[in-house]
Amino acid sequence: MVSEFIFFFFIVVFGTTGEIFMSRAMKETGEVKDFRPAALIEAIFRALRVRWMWFGVGMMAIGFFSLLAVLSFENVSFVVPVTALSYVVGALGGRFFLGERVSLQRWTGILLVCAGVTLVLIGRR
Amino acid sequence: MESPRRLHLKTFILILIMVLAGPLGNVLLGKAMKQVGPVHPWPPAELLHVFIRVFTSGTIWLGVGSLLVFFAAYMIVLSWADYSYVQPASSIAYAVVALLASTWLGEVVPPLRWVGIAVICLGVFLVGHTHPSTTESG
Repeated sequence: MVSEFIFFFFIVVFGTTGEIFMSRAMKETGEVKDFRPAALIEAIFRALRVRWMWFGVGMMAIGFFSLLAVLSFENVSFVVPVTALSYVVGALGGRFFLGERVSLQRWTGILLVCAGVTLVLIGRR
Repeated sequence: MESPRRLHLKTFILILIMVLAGPLGNVLLGKAMKQVGPVHPWPPAELLHVFIRVFTSGTIWLGVGSLLVFFAAYMIVLSWADYSYVQPASSIAYAVVALLASTWLGEVVPPLRWVGIAVICLGVFLVGHTHPSTTESG
């Protein structure tokens, strides 16, 4: 039970922080406008030169292995909705780390997502 | 400057790829990890055996491949759309995961879990009607 909580914590916190770092790296990389394979590969290499990308990849790797661990003993239809808790971390990170404006409507949606996750947790047994 | 209509269409297509490839990847990982068996983080020797079992599983690699498609679409869309827009908008994937898990893996999804997932989707509906990019450009 304790290890399950730790795995979920790692999935949500490391996964989301990693994504926020990657988002920051992609904003530094610039908008991808050319979707031809060569241009996409060039964009990936450009992104890999941004330091934030590596922090992001490292954190997401921890989140990924935690997901694998928890999937070894829990159903995927339970695990994946619980990881939606990352919406709270994501909205806070987007607001305070990336400087994005999060409207009242978006906050309401994010709160509903949290309520949904709570129902999934309650309906576990 | 790109028209808002084109920006929305471009964003929609990439989010569609995300909500199909992401859940497929997760369900494949779930299927593979059930075959691997419960993971115990201690002792380290046991963890090593788990790593070997995980990385020699073909289903794991199919799942990873599917998730790579998801991440590629995600990274591309993040180059113009805000994180706090993209993440909620792609959360319809939670419903797709439950559908795939119940139909393909035969997982029993209790009614309250479906309600919870529906509430998550309602949240997605609310956030889906905002403009994809809200940060100042430049």
